[in-house]
Amino acid sequence: MSVVLLRRSFLAGLGLAVGGFALGVIGDAHAAAGSTPPPLAPGGAPGLHANVFVHIAPDGLVSIVCHRSEMGQGVRSSLPVLIADELGADMARVKVLQADGDVIYGDQNTDGSTSIRNGFENARKAGATARTMLVAAAAKRWSVKPETCTAHDHAVFHPATSRSLGFAELVADAAKLPVPSASEVKLRPRAELKHLGAELPLLDGPGIVNGTAVFGADVRLPGMLVAVIARPPVVGAKLARYDATRALAIPGVKRVVEIPAPSAPYHFKPLGGVAVVATDTWSALRGRAALELTWERAANDVYDSARFREALSAAVNKPGKVVRHTGDVDAAIASATTKIEAEYHVPHLAHAPMEPPAALARVDGGRCEIWTSTQDPQTAKAEVAKALGLDPKNVTVHVTLLGGGFGRKSKPDYVVEAALVARAAGAPVRLQWTREDDIQHDYFHSVSAQRLTAGLDASGKVVGWLHRTAFPSISSTFAPGITHADAGELQQGVLDFPLAIPSVRAENGEATAHVRIGWLRSVHNIHHAFAIGSFIDEIAHARKADPRDVLLEIVGPPRIVSLADLGVDKLSNYGTPLDKHPIDTGRLRHVIERVTDLSQWTAQRKAGRALGLAAHRSFLSYVAVVASVVLDPNGKVRVDEAWIVIDAGTILNKERVRSQLEGAVVFGISIALHGAVTMRGGAVEQSNFRDYPVARIGEVPREIHVEIVAGEGLPGGVGEPGLPPVAPAIANAVFALTGKRIRNLPFDRAGLA
Amino acid sequence: MSITLRVNGAEQTLDVDPEMPLLWAIRDVIGLTGTKYGCGQALCGACVVHLDGEAVRACVTPVRRAIGHAVTTIEGLSPDGSHPLQRAWVDLAVPQCGFCQSGQIMTAAALLAKRPKPTDEEIDRSLAGNLCRCGTYTRIRAAVKKAADESSPSTKSGGGKIQ
Repeated sequence: MSVVLLRRSFLAGLGLAVGGFALGVIGDAHAAAGSTPPPLAPGGAPGLHANVFVHIAPDGLVSIVCHRSEMGQGVRSSLPVLIADELGADMARVKVLQADGDVIYGDQNTDGSTSIRNGFENARKAGATARTMLVAAAAKRWSVKPETCTAHDHAVFHPATSRSLGFAELVADAAKLPVPSASEVKLRPRAELKHLGAELPLLDGPGIVNGTAVFGADVRLPGMLVAVIARPPVVGAKLARYDATRALAIPGVKRVVEIPAPSAPYHFKPLGGVAVVATDTWSALRGRAALELTWERAANDVYDSARFREALSAAVNKPGKVVRHTGDVDAAIASATTKIEAEYHVPHLAHAPMEPPAALARVDGGRCEIWTSTQDPQTAKAEVAKALGLDPKNVTVHVTLLGGGFGRKSKPDYVVEAALVARAAGAPVRLQWTREDDIQHDYFHSVSAQRLTAGLDASGKVVGWLHRTAFPSISSTFAPGITHADAGELQQGVLDFPLAIPSVRAENGEATAHVRIGWLRSVHNIHHAFAIGSFIDEIAHARKADPRDVLLEIVGPPRIVSLADLGVDKLSNYGTPLDKHPIDTGRLRHVIERVTDLSQWTAQRKAGRALGLAAHRSFLSYVAVVASVVLDPNGKVRVDEAWIVIDAGTILNKERVRSQLEGAVVFGISIALHGAVTMRGGAVEQSNFRDYPVARIGEVPREIHVEIVAGEGLPGGVGEPGLPPVAPAIANAVFALTGKRIRNLPFDRAGLA
Repeated sequence: MSITLRVNGAEQTLDVDPEMPLLWAIRDVIGLTGTKYGCGQALCGACVVHLDGEAVRACVTPVRRAIGHAVTTIEGLSPDGSHPLQRAWVDLAVPQCGFCQSGQIMTAAALLAKRPKPTDEEIDRSLAGNLCRCGTYTRIRAAVKKAADESSPSTKSGGGKIQ
């Protein structure tokens, strides 16, 4: 455990005790903890070990493990509270520990908006198991039936006789009881979960605002060195030769370490290059700048974004692999009164988390210990073990706070780099990525082209819909010979968008990757929602109809959409069976209706201001967005107000859901206005926020209105589903305001941002 | 060479190249890690510290420029995290990932020192150089105003202080 109990929080409200991250220099005493950590409370601490998530000390202090990574979505302020709530703990006597990477916690990959939707029941069971043991101990003491007892406020009560015993008084007895089986553990009625759906305090807030919160680059070890790597400009390029004489002459530079270029598929392997190891970051950077490097030519030298755009366009202008099919699209479009066609392009995007990747590694005597900001410590551990030839049980990965993740920090190439360099240097090494490294060597969001065609009958109703999409697949990063997207990628808007249209066909065109393609917040929903959301608006304007009415007509009446309705054999549905999380157009319609009511969609707008609407289901949640845009005196688009409504079923922490949606609007503004990574000669043309801008404070609305639909159904995702409808809502607003249709992101290429 | 700095009120003697950016002197040499590296080119504001109360970007400020000036980092903004901005930031749950927030707070603190009651436009202008990828900007604006209200003597004496 890389976590210690700090002082009590000064937070009002719940008074959550702050289990902050251990700060600063970690002493040698800690070095011994280089093996797989024990489940909880290392050193055989006394008390009740109900399971790997809950420990109660003899003094009643409850320790709860957060097994997912904190990257701003608020998991540390949410999931442990649910466990405590189910237990009946007083939040002032709970501390939160951050789990190291270990399979004992189940899946720790903080990705796919899964922490609450997949962790909700397990968290409740973890808390309920501990409660069941405490209640059993009290009931035995009182010779009453356990079901006549209740647990709340850190104590067990027997209401019939007005007796109570605090958790501290029960721990010793409860610890002697067998851990109950799953069938013996009963969850509380929902009404007893007093924090469920509440506005919970931010656990790490105080440490963040006073500078003591610890991120990946903030951990320090005695004798630690710092390394930066000069990586090949083109993925897969090998080092022909290098001369480090000048680099090694720079004061503070200790040594250089060559890292071999990987072969494709690149997976989570380091990109290769030359690491410069120095006493401090600045000396390492100076050393890197002084390296003389010559790279061999590489197959990916051919990658040129302008030419690739043409290739993608060609791919969607001819028949592709049919992936969704109902009715007879060709006949429907051929016999249509009106035919509407449009082609949409979205470029590569970089994640650009505010904290560039960083990892600290210590390799010593067949063991490796890592401190890093990672979304997926188990994969980091496995990859480090593989790279060093160690048994994974001899690799420990401690998880710090993440300075943003957005999918980038699920890919532990930088952690493997740290381990390799630390081993070669014979000292602990912090491997630091610069912003330039981050923008140029990312696992990029895939570049895409889409062509949509609709046939309308004489009344304007859409009778045929053809959607072609082409983009290099994420699978290309992990397997050779990939030329098409897989079903898990195509479900993200192409296979699953409900269309009340008799004839629908979706096709996937060929596309080959020349860079590492990865997942970025909401993944392929970004481009698919942009195209679908924009195209529905185009249809509405062609019909001179209200875009909201047309959107509701195309989504169709409230219903549960079957696979046959969609025209697919199966749907991965974000890893969840459709009977648990069906595609429910009633819920999609409801968020559309709510967001248009809130934004007074039908009211007359002031001159110079216009609204745009889009809606999308992703990660099992339903989101609709209305954006209001104005043009500034220079003719640039500014989003001056936004409304966003989510139906994510049951929500745990209302405050963090709200903040995630506010953040999604801003992230979407960055994508709409600015986001573009382009390649020339196989190398990335951008390098820092100067040429890869993200939204600044003056570019975001003064007000972002968030509404969360109250629901008691299974939880859906929250971190990602807010994002997909944002860019199309803005583009639709721009059309309403200016008559200019943006089909190519970002807007700044059209001079509008 | 040996350089003496005054950081958060304490004298520090460092053996560093005078051209080393103040950011790395603070983080790597002094060991105060609340000041963050985000871009290295004065584009993101994660590294903002105060030199004699002025907000500067430590990533492009050579350490020699800090000689003879009072350096304040986020750790030294208040003794116990009680600066009105720090309290407002927690009350309004501004941070998401939190990485940019020390730079945001240090920039806002320099603004409030000069303009105790800034307008939205002044806040936007002052914080234009501070990026937040999580998108906490609307709450940052609200928190700066809340801190301004709570620091204002007229509000305090009026008894209408928001808790």
